[in-house]
Amino acid sequence: MKSTMMEEKMIPAREPPVNSRGVLGWMREKLFATPSQSLITLTLIYGLYLILPPLWQWAVMDATWTGESRSACNVDGACWAFVTARLDQFIYGFYPESEIWRVNLFFVQLVLILGWLMIPAIPGKKLALGLGLLVLPVTSWLVLSGGYFGLPEVETHKWGGLMVTLVLALYGMLASLPVGVLLALGRRSSMPVIRTFCTAYIELWRGVPLITVLFMASVMLPLFVPEEIVFDKLVRALIGIVMFQSAYMAEVVRGGLQAIPKGQVEACQSLGMGYWQSMLLVVLPQALRLVIPGIVNTFIALFKDTSLVLVIGLFDLLSIVQAALNDPEWLGSAVEGYLFAGFVFWLFCFGISKYSQRLEKN
Amino acid sequence: MANKRHPMLVRLWRDPVWRAVLFQVLLILAVVAMVAWVVNNTLSNLEHRGISTGFDFLSQSAGFGIIQTLVEYDESHTFGRTFLVGLLNTLLVSFLGVIFATILGFLIGVARLSSNWLLSKMASIYIEVFRNIPLLLQIFFWYFAVLGILPNPRQSISLFDSIFINVRGISLPWPELNAGMVTVAWVFMACLAAVLVLRFFMRSWLLKAQHQENKGQMVLYIKAAMASSVVLIPLVTSFLVDAQLRWEIPELKGFNFSGGLVLIPELAALWFALSIYTAAFIAEVVRSGIESVSKGQKEAAAALGLKPRRVLSLVVIPQAMRVIIPPLTNQYLNLIKNSSLATAIGYPDLVSVFAGTTLNQTGQAVEVIAMTMAVYLTISLTVSVLMNLYNRWASLVER
Repeated sequence: MKSTMMEEKMIPAREPPVNSRGVLGWMREKLFATPSQSLITLTLIYGLYLILPPLWQWAVMDATWTGESRSACNVDGACWAFVTARLDQFIYGFYPESEIWRVNLFFVQLVLILGWLMIPAIPGKKLALGLGLLVLPVTSWLVLSGGYFGLPEVETHKWGGLMVTLVLALYGMLASLPVGVLLALGRRSSMPVIRTFCTAYIELWRGVPLITVLFMASVMLPLFVPEEIVFDKLVRALIGIVMFQSAYMAEVVRGGLQAIPKGQVEACQSLGMGYWQSMLLVVLPQALRLVIPGIVNTFIALFKDTSLVLVIGLFDLLSIVQAALNDPEWLGSAVEGYLFAGFVFWLFCFGISKYSQRLEKN
Repeated sequence: MANKRHPMLVRLWRDPVWRAVLFQVLLILAVVAMVAWVVNNTLSNLEHRGISTGFDFLSQSAGFGIIQTLVEYDESHTFGRTFLVGLLNTLLVSFLGVIFATILGFLIGVARLSSNWLLSKMASIYIEVFRNIPLLLQIFFWYFAVLGILPNPRQSISLFDSIFINVRGISLPWPELNAGMVTVAWVFMACLAAVLVLRFFMRSWLLKAQHQENKGQMVLYIKAAMASSVVLIPLVTSFLVDAQLRWEIPELKGFNFSGGLVLIPELAALWFALSIYTAAFIAEVVRSGIESVSKGQKEAAAALGLKPRRVLSLVVIPQAMRVIIPPLTNQYLNLIKNSSLATAIGYPDLVSVFAGTTLNQTGQAVEVIAMTMAVYLTISLTVSVLMNLYNRWASLVER
């Protein structure tokens, strides 16, 4: 019988390998191993040849880097003048010019704490973590919004650009992590009411798009509280983001909790530790360490999602670029504007993910 | 023995069972109090603003037009109809997006694992670029920077004189079917469904029979008969009934194209951005799925003499799919939820026409947002129930 499944003859022995050393050997192995591979390689090289040189010509050689309006720009090249002219606005929004040092102070704080946490050579990680989780949010808010210590108050509707993106990401992260941990513990609790409540909360927010949550936070939150209480728009957006992301964070943390063997909790109990002691001192430190990649991914998602605040009228980096594109002086600069904003977002997200991958490997 | 008796309350507090009951009762009380407070505030706030409550608004006439409707709709239809139109538009873009994203994602995921260095590098650049840029930005880029600068209808870019691309959208030829052709289409789909069902139920028998000396030939004939019936039966039907197919080609009339199918730029931008963004994630899912099949499995299959194509279809893909499908469905759900970003460029999806325009016109935020969320929640929960069923069915049965 002729088989469709099996080889019928012995497969012939392979040829001895050709020289696979050096540049030529590498190319033979990785680019031109078979005729079809060679064809793929040549097609790709031709495609790149068609795309890259004109792109380089447009983005760098023919580009205009400074100028006051679109008309100052070379027609054939990129008009980066749009970005350089508006850079201050893209970073600080409508923050008063005399107070911009406060935003810079916020950036410096952020960089210092993050650098301390991220560079392995610097000692005192626990202190840095404590500063980052407890002190940084308070000092940042004081510095940015002012109203104390003789600093003039700057209302949040004047905030904008990259600074709002970072504020939303920072506070969203700092708040959604503890809320997420509590929800994850609740979902694994032995008390049925608490378990049901946490499960319902998590599944509800994970089941709906962030945009509806933001609509809800912006339209319905004012309805939910007495008329005397007026929430700041930025705070409303933040509440929406935290409600949403904490549900995702809870699922990540739950994955870590499930990976900790039951023996750990039983050992704690036999030592006479209570629930919170065993969770805080034994289970959570191990579980959180296991799910660092998941937490980082949630953080990257949160960072990208901050751009959605555009739909409720806040000016983050993307929406301030979007607003600047409507300026009659700069009409037609959409490609440059989006490329710039995209590059900034990409730099942050890619940087975070690369760093976490390195962390995983060590 | 001086066993100090603690007061009753302290003893209860130290009893874990009682403490658990206490916590749960407190939680229920807190939630009930919170809900009552919120409802009370909402009702008084709504009264102050003079907004009525209830779902009566669904039968009021909407009074606004929608640029793309899959069912009949105009200004005189009700808000209830608006809801339906938005829902169908959401489902349309999600469906298109899922298909395109799956194809692109699988291609790139496989390319990522290619032994060709250049191909695999380019696939990984694609993945790293598109998944690290916010989706909203990508939608804007396609809508304003790419489709927004296309020429006006008179200077349309034309492909083969039948597809026309301009700032008003993409005009495509569209088949016009007469009654006979519709019958043929139905017959074709019925045959296809019947054969697929038959194949599914005969699967184990076919596999077994293939290896039996006298039945091997028969299996081949059965498979050929099934495949040809899908083509032949509709073909014969088309001779029996008067089946005609005419392609309607878009034509320039005045300032715009008429006839054919028009893909509005909002839909095109959303579709591209959603697919390209989600494909980057699907590619990673596919890659990790294929990598999860250990090398030993492939080597064992090859050592048994299976042909390379068979190694792929009988050993690698079934095992990889078990790993791929759960996160893949998650990506589909993400795509459906992300389609709500339509509202930022004005594609008339559920969030845009219902949680946007309808909410602004009626002011009934609570009902409108609740209905919108309920739709997405229903989709998500249905899919996750199906997913759990699948996981139970597909999970490895271990000894």
